[in-house]
Amino acid sequence: MSDINFKEVLLKPIFKGNPVTVLVLGICSSLAVTVQLKGACVMALSVIIVTGLSSFVVSILRNSIPNRIRIIVQLVVVALMVILVDQILKAYSYAISKSLSVYVGLIITNCIVMGRIEAYALGNKPIPSLLDGLANGAGYGLILVVVAFFRELLGSGTLFGYRIIPQSFYDAGYMDNGLVILPPMALILLGLIVWIQRSIQKDLQEK
Amino acid sequence: MNTNGNTYTVIYSVVLVVLVAAILAFVAMSLQDKQNENIKVETITKVLTAAAQADENVSIDETTDVLKMYTAHITDAFEVDGTGEVKNHLEMGKDDPKKIVVPSTADLKKQNDILKKIADAKSDSEKTSMLESLRLPVFVFDINGKEITVIPCYGAGLWGPVWGYIALANDGKTIEGAIFDHKGETPGLGAKIAEAPFYLSFRGKSFGEGDSVFAVEKGKHDDVPDCVDAISGATITSQALGRGINLWATYYQPYLKTMAAAVSAPVETVPAEQAVPADSTNTALPSGSNETVN
Repeated sequence: MSDINFKEVLLKPIFKGNPVTVLVLGICSSLAVTVQLKGACVMALSVIIVTGLSSFVVSILRNSIPNRIRIIVQLVVVALMVILVDQILKAYSYAISKSLSVYVGLIITNCIVMGRIEAYALGNKPIPSLLDGLANGAGYGLILVVVAFFRELLGSGTLFGYRIIPQSFYDAGYMDNGLVILPPMALILLGLIVWIQRSIQKDLQEK
Repeated sequence: MNTNGNTYTVIYSVVLVVLVAAILAFVAMSLQDKQNENIKVETITKVLTAAAQADENVSIDETTDVLKMYTAHITDAFEVDGTGEVKNHLEMGKDDPKKIVVPSTADLKKQNDILKKIADAKSDSEKTSMLESLRLPVFVFDINGKEITVIPCYGAGLWGPVWGYIALANDGKTIEGAIFDHKGETPGLGAKIAEAPFYLSFRGKSFGEGDSVFAVEKGKHDDVPDCVDAISGATITSQALGRGINLWATYYQPYLKTMAAAVSAPVETVPAEQAVPADSTNTALPSGSNETVN
């Protein structure tokens, strides 16, 4: 346990073991909050903070937690973090908190958070757990941002609310793709990302 | 130490929960002012957005300083009771935008509870006292020379409350703009009441005479002035909103008619707004006085 490869802890969840594309966790919210890049970034940041801090706290408590109520204790810690994030967003970034609506609260049920706590934080020291949590949040956030990038660009012609596709395109007959705004297209985009990743990483392909 | 014993488990969970509760309570208390401020600004934005639809040159987007714009355009804000009498004035924040008073959705709900009970009143005196206990907010704006009156509405949607603000021309009937919001209607269905195609369909409509003042019903209503098309797939939300508008607009009628009468009487045209509190002591309203439609 002493020779933990920090690089591996930090980098694996971003690409090789990405929680969304490889473990296929947290799909629900990645479909819901990726219409706009700004919302996706805030959501990504929120998840990074929640996964990082709750892994950290659970790891500190790991030797004192009674085994029988392990899951409940984890849930309380995660819920605490999520509510803190939600309250802070409501106070300092009201418009975004409104556009993310229930999905901030639903981070509690995001399998990535509980999954990392069960799989990693309960058996490792606080600092590696913190990094593992942050990295898994970042892996999730990365996918969120990539999907949101294409959805906002193709669906609204903007990025972060700024117009990217010039007005002259619209005058010439270009139209925003309404389908991209809808959740099914997010699923298709996600599928494409999984496809690209598996064609690069042959060992992920199932026989 | 045995971390699996019953006593340990119970003590552990109690301590943990109390600790977490304390942290959350502290955070919620310290952020509350800021959050309420945000909610107030949002309400002001809604009221202003409804009013601003009266003039295409006035627009509101994310970069607008809403408080500044509100204080620049508002000319009067007050509460009326169910008989049309102006009861108390609301702070408009002309000196300090932080002091602007707008009724929250909780306030609207309180009024809505009274409104719903009025129809079941057992006696006339009970009904009168209920009407007099109402405090319905009214906002009067000057949008580039047009006098716009904004009134709220509130109703029970499918999952939670729906509410909104309707901007009326000075005849007290013609709708110049509207905006709606909801607590938790289904995204893509009922939630569409808060989106542009729906609320823009209110423009140019007007409150009707008679029992039903306004309705949201399915179908096209190009030639029906007091009805707009419902959202397909969101019948319950649409109809609930329609009922809410109808209920609220009904009890605003005494005030709106007084206002329209004051406007159409040529002598009082200019000080119409200021005159309302003084001479609205239930003068029998000439019912034909507001036929200045459009």
